[in-house]
Amino acid sequence: MSNEHHDLAIVGAGPAGMAAAVTAAELGLDTVVLDEQQAPGGQIYRNIEALERGGHIEKLGDDYRRGAELAGALRASTATYCPGSVVWQTSPDGRIGLTGPDGARMVHARRILLATGAMERPVPIPGWTLPGVMGVGAAQTLFKASDIVPNVPVVIAGSGPLIYLVALQLARAGCTIAALLVTTPASRIASALKELPRALLAGRNLLKGVGWVQEVRRLGIPLANGVSGLRIDGKDRAEGISYEADGSRHRLAAGLVLLHEGVIPDNQLSLSTRCQQIWDAAQLCWRPATDEWGATSEERIAIAGDGAGILGALAAENLGRLAALDTAFRLDCIDQAERDRRARPERAALARHKRIRPLLDRLFQPAAESLLPTDPDTIICRCEEVTVAQMREAVHLGGEDPNRAKIFTRCGMGPCQGRMCGPTVASLIAHETGRTMAAVGTYRIRVPVRPIPLMTLAGLIGEEEGLPPGESTL
Amino acid sequence: MFRRSHTPSAGVVIYVDGKPVHAAAEESVAAAMLVAGFTSFRASAVSAAPRAPHCMIGNCFECLVEINGQPDRQACLTIVSDGMHVRRQAEEPGP
Amino acid sequence: MSITDTDAIVIGGGLHGTSTAMHLALKGMRPIVIEKNSVGRHASGVNAGGVRQLLRDPAEIPLSMAAMDRWLDLESLLGRYAAMCEFVGHIGQVAVAETEADMRKLEARAAEIRALGWNHEELVDRQELRRLLPAVADHCIGGLVSRRDGQATPYLTSQAFRLRAIELGVRFVEGVRVTGLEHGTRWRVLTTDSIFTSEILINCGGAWAWQTASLVGETLPRGYFAATMMVTGRMPSFVDPVVIGTGRQLSFKQTSTGTVVIGGGILGIADLTKETADPVAERMRVSAETCSILFPIMRRATIVRAWAGLEARMPDQIPVIGPSQTAPNMWHAFGFSGHGFQLSTIVGSLLADLIVDGRSPLPLDAFRPSRFSEAISGVG
Repeated sequence: MSNEHHDLAIVGAGPAGMAAAVTAAELGLDTVVLDEQQAPGGQIYRNIEALERGGHIEKLGDDYRRGAELAGALRASTATYCPGSVVWQTSPDGRIGLTGPDGARMVHARRILLATGAMERPVPIPGWTLPGVMGVGAAQTLFKASDIVPNVPVVIAGSGPLIYLVALQLARAGCTIAALLVTTPASRIASALKELPRALLAGRNLLKGVGWVQEVRRLGIPLANGVSGLRIDGKDRAEGISYEADGSRHRLAAGLVLLHEGVIPDNQLSLSTRCQQIWDAAQLCWRPATDEWGATSEERIAIAGDGAGILGALAAENLGRLAALDTAFRLDCIDQAERDRRARPERAALARHKRIRPLLDRLFQPAAESLLPTDPDTIICRCEEVTVAQMREAVHLGGEDPNRAKIFTRCGMGPCQGRMCGPTVASLIAHETGRTMAAVGTYRIRVPVRPIPLMTLAGLIGEEEGLPPGESTL
Repeated sequence: MFRRSHTPSAGVVIYVDGKPVHAAAEESVAAAMLVAGFTSFRASAVSAAPRAPHCMIGNCFECLVEINGQPDRQACLTIVSDGMHVRRQAEEPGP
Repeated sequence: MSITDTDAIVIGGGLHGTSTAMHLALKGMRPIVIEKNSVGRHASGVNAGGVRQLLRDPAEIPLSMAAMDRWLDLESLLGRYAAMCEFVGHIGQVAVAETEADMRKLEARAAEIRALGWNHEELVDRQELRRLLPAVADHCIGGLVSRRDGQATPYLTSQAFRLRAIELGVRFVEGVRVTGLEHGTRWRVLTTDSIFTSEILINCGGAWAWQTASLVGETLPRGYFAATMMVTGRMPSFVDPVVIGTGRQLSFKQTSTGTVVIGGGILGIADLTKETADPVAERMRVSAETCSILFPIMRRATIVRAWAGLEARMPDQIPVIGPSQTAPNMWHAFGFSGHGFQLSTIVGSLLADLIVDGRSPLPLDAFRPSRFSEAISGVG
């Protein structure tokens, strides 16, 4: 049986993946798009085709129309779109392991583009493991993908533009928003104003954000600014949330608490493929090192979109197309001059989208308590239930890098493989040892990055082809 | 904790711990269970504390359930199908 | 560049390097371990964790017996860090026979070592196999068991050895590479960080040990391989002993947390230069299938992680332990060929005896480094 081969395999069908696929296919590359979801759109434009078909895009806002256009272009292109395809391995040699609707198989690609997007930053506060505590983005996913909304009073806590947007989307859908607790400190606003002049050049986006805040006030959603000391209580599920504001402690009853402290790159595949990572001090996250075309330290692997650093959905499109152009160049479909010529409008648009970023990064920096939890009993590893105190103890046994700390505590060894504790572990170690995040480093991530049932692996389709033997007996 | 904004046009029936649950076609097992009122999906591995979906996009692994006899499936990434059997994961042996 | 003087330098911070340093410290020396990555990063930390006497090369049996005595009394060796290894003994390791041919192979093996005077490997019939392994598949007809055998957690064991060694005065220098070896009156070890000097030099470099040997003009086998492990999510407890296949390649054990570790002959992709070992799904497929055949309950298992470790493999599948043939006061201990974990409680001790007292209490002749050049030149 011969293996499945492509010129380019794209992992993810958000704005970066869709735009890259359309461009790559247009340039004549045999392109396959491997998407975990059932339909194109990624998380930002989740379920966009069905929403458009049903005439429901307006419930999300006009910006989402762009997603429908991209999905339409992807469908019209010659790229092969594979929905429901969960990628669990990308190899530096271009092999990809995935589980699709028909089981597990290996796909061979001359080049791989990771367009895995972003994930919500974990917010490790007391009580965050209780049922009824979710990400703001998680609630938005339920709303976008399934038309499901909360039917209990909701408290939204954290920072970033998304908290206002989701508060509005849910309120318009008839939900009760008990409060919007904003962790952005008042002092931050003054310091972020330095970035305002450049951000104003981004025009519409900034005004949109200001509009959301005004709308929240107009709808009478209770809003508290500069809150800290968030703590969720409840026995078997969230019952309330307490916090400090204006020098005193408050408590609100809540059946559902939605947390959000911004998004970070989903770099699990790039980590497992050993793409070099760098600590981004402005965005306070790890991201894979990429050049202006999205190329990584691994010859065959490129990354586009928020998976390489948070720049948003519109920038992701430009980055996707730039990566596709470079792929076409490297595979001899176009020459360098053509690549550079076609790249020019993408770079110009990208520069525009980037203008607002320093303001957003500064203004919506995650709350200090979510980056470095101090309460000793707070769980940092949800899977193995490792607490702040246990992690501190491990650091003093010599767990001075995340991989050794993992050994002592099992932190990061559970099913999520460090997705939810990785950033916290690194920052606790950095704090305890007085070193920088860059010096502390990240977890090594093992394949499969998503679990595979044993019997699915036993039925894997794909033969060994040109692989080194795995042993040498010289 | 959740309700549907609109009644879905097409639906399927899945069974959660033997109990029939009406789900919209094409939605995730996690969405169907949440809207059906399940607040706990599994017991955590160490302390057997109740857990439920947190991220809804496949990163937190809190929604692990047994689907058609296969344990540890991510309910948020699995689409419902008619007659599917889902079992919430009870306490597993701790260390 | 700064110079650090000491009496013994160990190159390689795996289990055998750490254990050797620990035992030299017990004899009053102040060893320094130089490790290019971090302690236990490769084969020592990522092996299957079986503490196995079963089916050993006859030359290794005396060592393996003594090693097991020490595993069963780990506190004497590791003090307060003993529990960290998560060692469980007396659970047995079982080679399962699926066919009459398998059974005949095991019978021949049992006869072979009985003739050598050993009786720790015991044939078991269908009924006793089911008592040992209630979850084993119906078609399995018997097996061979070593009842004292056990299991431990390799990455924790490596750390327990490291912490105990530190307590005894061993110094670890991690993330530092040896770039040159010079011998005048003493050893001068040049590294990417600084210079170290010592009386004694010990090469425990695992898959990279031949490179260290080549720095002193000594040619030793360069064989290596990437052994792959897979681990499942937590499962209900269903098997106590460690299990290995007879007609098929498999090693299989359930840990105290309920996860099942599957290994035994799955090869990854090994790269000695990049120092990486990557699992290959196309090769893991067969092991997945084998597990489900031997233990039907595994049909419900989910693979959550796979990893591979780089390990030296000698042409005769037994380690190199003994003095360098080209350099004075230099010793080798490497090449454990995928079964060095259980021996880690004894080899460092024997080597320390050999270095300090001039003789080992157990026979090491079969492991002499010179055996490869003798074979080539037709001597011995």
